Amino acid sequence: MWAILSLLVENKPGILFKITHLFRARNFNIDSISVGVTENPNYSKITITTIEDEKRVEQIVKQLDKMIDTVEVKHLDEHKTVYRELSLFMIKLSNASDSMEINKLANAYGGKVHDVKKDSIMVELTATPDQTQAFEELAKPFGIIDVARTGVAALQRSGA
Amino acid sequence: MNKMETMTGAKALMTAMEKEGVKQVFGLPGGANLPMYDEFARCDIRHILARHEQSAAHMADGFGRVSRKPGVCFATSGPGATNILTGIATAQSDSSPMIAVTGQVPVNMIGRDAFQESDIIGMANPVVKYAFQPRTAAEVPEVVRKGFYIAETGRPGPVLLDIPKDVQQNEAEMTFPEEFKIEGYHPWTDPDIVAVEKALDMLLNSEKPIILAGGGTIISSAFAELQAVAEALMLPVVTTFKGKGAFPETHPLSLGPIGMHGHAEANKMMSEADCVLAIGTRFSDRSVGTFEAFEKRLKIIHMDVDPAEIGKNQTAQIAVIGDVKVSLRIMVKLLMKRAIKKSEESTWIKHVKETRAYWKENLKIHPGEMSSAKILRKLREILPKESVITTEVGQHQMWASLFYDVIQPGTFFSSTGLGTMGWGFPAAIGAKVARPDVPVVDIAGDGSFAMTENSLATAVLEDIPVIVFILNNSILGMVAQWQRTFYDRRMIGVQQQHCPDYVKLAESYGAQGIRAQSMDELDKAIKNALSSDVATVIDIPIDPEEDVLPFVAPGTSLSDMILPS
Repeated sequence: MWAILSLLVENKPGILFKITHLFRARNFNIDSISVGVTENPNYSKITITTIEDEKRVEQIVKQLDKMIDTVEVKHLDEHKTVYRELSLFMIKLSNASDSMEINKLANAYGGKVHDVKKDSIMVELTATPDQTQAFEELAKPFGIIDVARTGVAALQRSGA
Repeated sequence: MNKMETMTGAKALMTAMEKEGVKQVFGLPGGANLPMYDEFARCDIRHILARHEQSAAHMADGFGRVSRKPGVCFATSGPGATNILTGIATAQSDSSPMIAVTGQVPVNMIGRDAFQESDIIGMANPVVKYAFQPRTAAEVPEVVRKGFYIAETGRPGPVLLDIPKDVQQNEAEMTFPEEFKIEGYHPWTDPDIVAVEKALDMLLNSEKPIILAGGGTIISSAFAELQAVAEALMLPVVTTFKGKGAFPETHPLSLGPIGMHGHAEANKMMSEADCVLAIGTRFSDRSVGTFEAFEKRLKIIHMDVDPAEIGKNQTAQIAVIGDVKVSLRIMVKLLMKRAIKKSEESTWIKHVKETRAYWKENLKIHPGEMSSAKILRKLREILPKESVITTEVGQHQMWASLFYDVIQPGTFFSSTGLGTMGWGFPAAIGAKVARPDVPVVDIAGDGSFAMTENSLATAVLEDIPVIVFILNNSILGMVAQWQRTFYDRRMIGVQQQHCPDYVKLAESYGAQGIRAQSMDELDKAIKNALSSDVATVIDIPIDPEEDVLPFVAPGTSLSDMILPS
C-alpha cells in the first residue's frame, strides 16, 4: 500500500538523519520525504510516503513513535487528507507549436509556466503524485530535460 | 530549581552524576576527556580503570543489569569512542541501562577531521536509546538528568553523552533541574485491564497453555508475579535464553529455555502448546526458530513494555502493553478476585511433567569424566543459590543454559542479543561491584575470555575478586561445531593450540590460576576460588569434539530439534 506518514518532530539538528536512518536500518522504503518548520518554530513537520504492506506500515509507525524526538506520528488516511507535491519540469521545445501545446497541458493540470526560452520551457505543478505522474507521461513526447519534485506535504482535513 | 552555581562543564557532569547516585565509573582517560577525569580528584565517585574501552562498557553493562541502575563508562574521543561502541551495542541489544560518556574534540574543531575526532553521535545513533552532545557547558546538568531518565525508564537502554572538551572546560552558571520535559518520550503505558482479563480467559479456555518468559520479566523483576500466575493456573513455564532464570529452574513447572540450544523438554512442550502467554520477549529468531512455523500454530498473548515489539516478529491475538510486572500483577488480582486456583492436574500438565521428568533423566550427555554437563552441575552444586553468573558467548554459554540451573531468579546474565564474545568477564566485574556480597562467576570459553582477558588487571588492582570458569576446549567451539555439522568438518580458523596458558596468564596479572583436570580437582578449585580474596581463573580442559545438543538448526522450527544420539 501507498501510505502517507505525518511526523511532528522537535526542530533540532540531526533528527532528519535519525528518521531516514531508521528507515534504512529497519529495511523500510522511503518513497518521498518533505520537511518544513511549523507555525511553532520548536517543531518541524516531516511528511514521508512509503510503499509497504499494511503490517509493515504499522511497524514503521510504531518504530517512529518510539523515537524520542518524534512528538506525534500519524498514518494519514489519504481519502481524508489534502496532499500535494510541487514539481518543476524543464521541457524541450522542438517545434513552433510546442510552446502552445505545453501551455495548454500545464493549464489543464493547474500548472504555471516559467522561463520560456527558444528551445525550452519550465512548468511548475502543484498536484498529487498521481497527477504529477500523469502530467509527466503527457510531457514525455516533447522531451523532458530535467525534473525536480519536493515530495508530498499533507494535512488531514478538519473534522476528519 | 536549585540555586545557581558557577562551575565548569566537567564539574557539572560529576555533580549531576552524584545527584543520580553514581558511586563509580568504569573507564579509560585520554586527551579529550581529561577535564572530567581531573574531577575524580575532587569528588566521591570511584574510578575503576579498564584496560580497553569495550571492557569498560561491558563492566557498566554488567553493573546495570544486576543493579537495574545505569552503569556509567567513560572513554575519550576518536578510538576511545569507537572502542566503546561494541559495548554500547551489546547493552542496546539486551535492553541494559547504561550511560556512556565520551570526550569529543572542542566544538570549533568538530567537522575538521581533528586529531582523535570521530563522529560518534553519527556512529552510535542506531545502537543507543538516545544520544546527547551538549554544545555549551550550561546544558550539561540537564542532559545528564535526561540521560539517566531515558536510560532507566520504560525499556532500558544505553544513552551516550558526547561532551566536547571545551564544554567540559568552560564555566557557566549551573542549575540542576529536577523537573524537565521530554515531549516525545512516553516510557510507561498503563496496561489495559480488559486486555489482561481477555488474556486470562484465553489461557483458561486453552487446552495446552504455556508461559514463555523473556528478558523483560527479569528487567522488571516480575518474579513473584510470574510464579503466582504459573502456580495458580498450573502453567508450565519456558523461557527465552535471555529470560533464563526468570522462574526458578528447579520448580516442578519449569522447563527451562527454548530455542536453538533450548532444553529438549522446553522445545517439545513449546511445540505442542496451543496458547502462549509471552512476557517481555521480542520472539528472537534464536528463541522461536522460523517465525512462520511458530505463529501459525499458536494463539499468542504478548505482554511487553515496548509497543513496537507487538507484531514485529509475531502476530499476537491479545497484546498487553505496559511494564510486565504491572500487567502480571493485574492478572494476579483477577485470579484472586475470581478465586482461581487450580489444584487438579490437567492431562496437559501431567504430560508436561512426564516429559520434564523423562528428559531430566534421559538426555544423553557427553561421555567422559570432564563433560560440560558434569562440570557445570558440579559448579551448581557448590555455588550458593544467590551467586551471580555471567557468561561469555559460545558453546560454554549454551552448556550453561542447558546444565546450570538458576535457582534464585535474576541471577543469570549473558550477552544474548548481540552475542558479544568477551562480554562475560568485564560484565562479571561490573556485577561484582553491584553485588560485592555474593560470588560472581563468569562461565567462559577460552576463545571468548581471550577477547577481554586484560580485564584481569582491573579485577586484581581494583580488588574485585570474581571467578572466571573456563571450559577450555582450545578451539572456537561453536564455530567448530558448525564447521563439523555444516562444512564437512573443514576446521578453518578455530584452533587455539593451547595458547595462552591461562593459569600462567592469571598469575602474571597477580590473580590466582588453577587448572582442574578431574572432578576432584574441580571441586577443590571452586571451593578455593570462593574463599579467595583475589580474582581466580579456573582452567578446565575439555574435549574439543563435544557438541552442544539439542540443536535447532537455523531456519528450522523447534519441533525439528536435533537430539544427542
